[in-house]
Amino acid sequence: MSAPVLQVTDLTKTFGGFVALNQVNLHLGPGERLGLIGPNGSGKTTMINCITGALNNDAGSILYEGQEIKALPAYKRARLGIARSFQIPKPFKSMTVLENLCVPLDFAARDRGEHHHIHDQAMEVLQMIGFADRAHELSADLTQVDLRKLELARALAAKPKLLISDEAMAGLSSSEVDEILEILMTLNEHGLAVIMIEHIMRAVMRFSQRIVVLDAGQKIAEGTPDEVVQNPDVERAYLGE
Amino acid sequence: MKSFKTPMWRGLILASSISINIGKAGYGPVQVLHDVAISVNDGETVVLLGSNGNGKSTLLKCVMGIITPEAGEIVLNVDGKSIDLVGKAPQEVVDLGVALVPEGRRLFASLSVEENLILGAFRNAARAKIDENLNFVFETFPVLKERRRQLAGSMSGGEQQMVAVARALMSEPKILLVDEPSVGLAPILVSRMIAKIKELKELRDLTILMAEQNFNQAIKIADRGYIIVHGQIEFEGKSTQDLKDNDMIKQYYLGA
Repeated sequence: MSAPVLQVTDLTKTFGGFVALNQVNLHLGPGERLGLIGPNGSGKTTMINCITGALNNDAGSILYEGQEIKALPAYKRARLGIARSFQIPKPFKSMTVLENLCVPLDFAARDRGEHHHIHDQAMEVLQMIGFADRAHELSADLTQVDLRKLELARALAAKPKLLISDEAMAGLSSSEVDEILEILMTLNEHGLAVIMIEHIMRAVMRFSQRIVVLDAGQKIAEGTPDEVVQNPDVERAYLGE
Repeated sequence: MKSFKTPMWRGLILASSISINIGKAGYGPVQVLHDVAISVNDGETVVLLGSNGNGKSTLLKCVMGIITPEAGEIVLNVDGKSIDLVGKAPQEVVDLGVALVPEGRRLFASLSVEENLILGAFRNAARAKIDENLNFVFETFPVLKERRRQLAGSMSGGEQQMVAVARALMSEPKILLVDEPSVGLAPILVSRMIAKIKELKELRDLTILMAEQNFNQAIKIADRGYIIVHGQIEFEGKSTQDLKDNDMIKQYYLGA
């Protein structure tokens, strides 16, 4: 088995007296598709915030490609290849789709000395997600599903190895959900490892090879979608006892 | 001469009910609810079930006027009147006799328990009866009386949930909306809170609409319920038995 992209060990995060995450372990192989689910307040977002650097964990380690990153600020983690999309897209509204992509590309390209060809690279990203024909539209004019696509494109512009998709489908119709799923599948086929946080169960079950279930800050189950659905602890976490 | 005892005059008993028909509702361009129709009849406890992120809270916020649906109507029947709540401000909805116990309690953390409760009596009709209602909630939740001077933010999750429920009752609602009373509570406290809601319903003749993820606890006190998935009603259980007998429940919750 190849070395993991992400290896989280005993991750613990508290807010005052509240233990949001309690010694959670998580690993992700290269090119893997992992779903992260759990009831409200189970710690999903805290987990993601600790991995991306929006929060610092109190205890435990976070290895990204074998390197300890827990002390790095968020932007350095992004440059290493961890990208995240946000639930509510907030593009630069006065810019076109293409211009929006050039911002993260400029940012990511700095370390790589790739400052020329920024536009070409932006177009490549758009082509990858089937959005190239919209390159010159103003982002303020986009529909909600197209805004989600732009959000994913922005995350991809930094050429990540790991994409964390945080509720990229909330509020979309069923057919729009399918469109976003298809894009994420395509990205995954290009070698990107994906962690999906999603409330639309149909989507997360279909997408994920493996699912981790959190409840009250602890990992209560892990396995294939089928295994997780059959797990009595998961049923208890969702349906109660 | 034989005297005939007339029954004590208790005032007109008027039915309270609500009928919700929402075509579209959400947050800005994000549409959460798609053609949702549910109703709660006088004296019923109706539960809105489903896992997180499916639109339960959004629906309750529409009723309260916190969110205005883009299309639809929410007809409240109360005190012999019939009123469309769409477009009404939250304080107007409260004034009409609808109260919400919000998800996550939403207390004023730096105010005392009693101050939080008094703030619940915003409604004109309720303001006049603050003392009476305080006594009632202190009888129902004795621990709140003991801790009336304590800062709400320093209380345990279970106690805070009691304050939130008690605060809603301070407005003397006819219809009580309860959003996920189980969130963040240990299982034993969840079942106590659920039992308490039933008790209060009976004591105050309430009509209740409760959003709850915890299926097994919610159906203990429900008369009937709906399962909401991805912003649509996926199943309507005409009775608790109807819900219990549906072997698709797990699939609705977990999508597989």
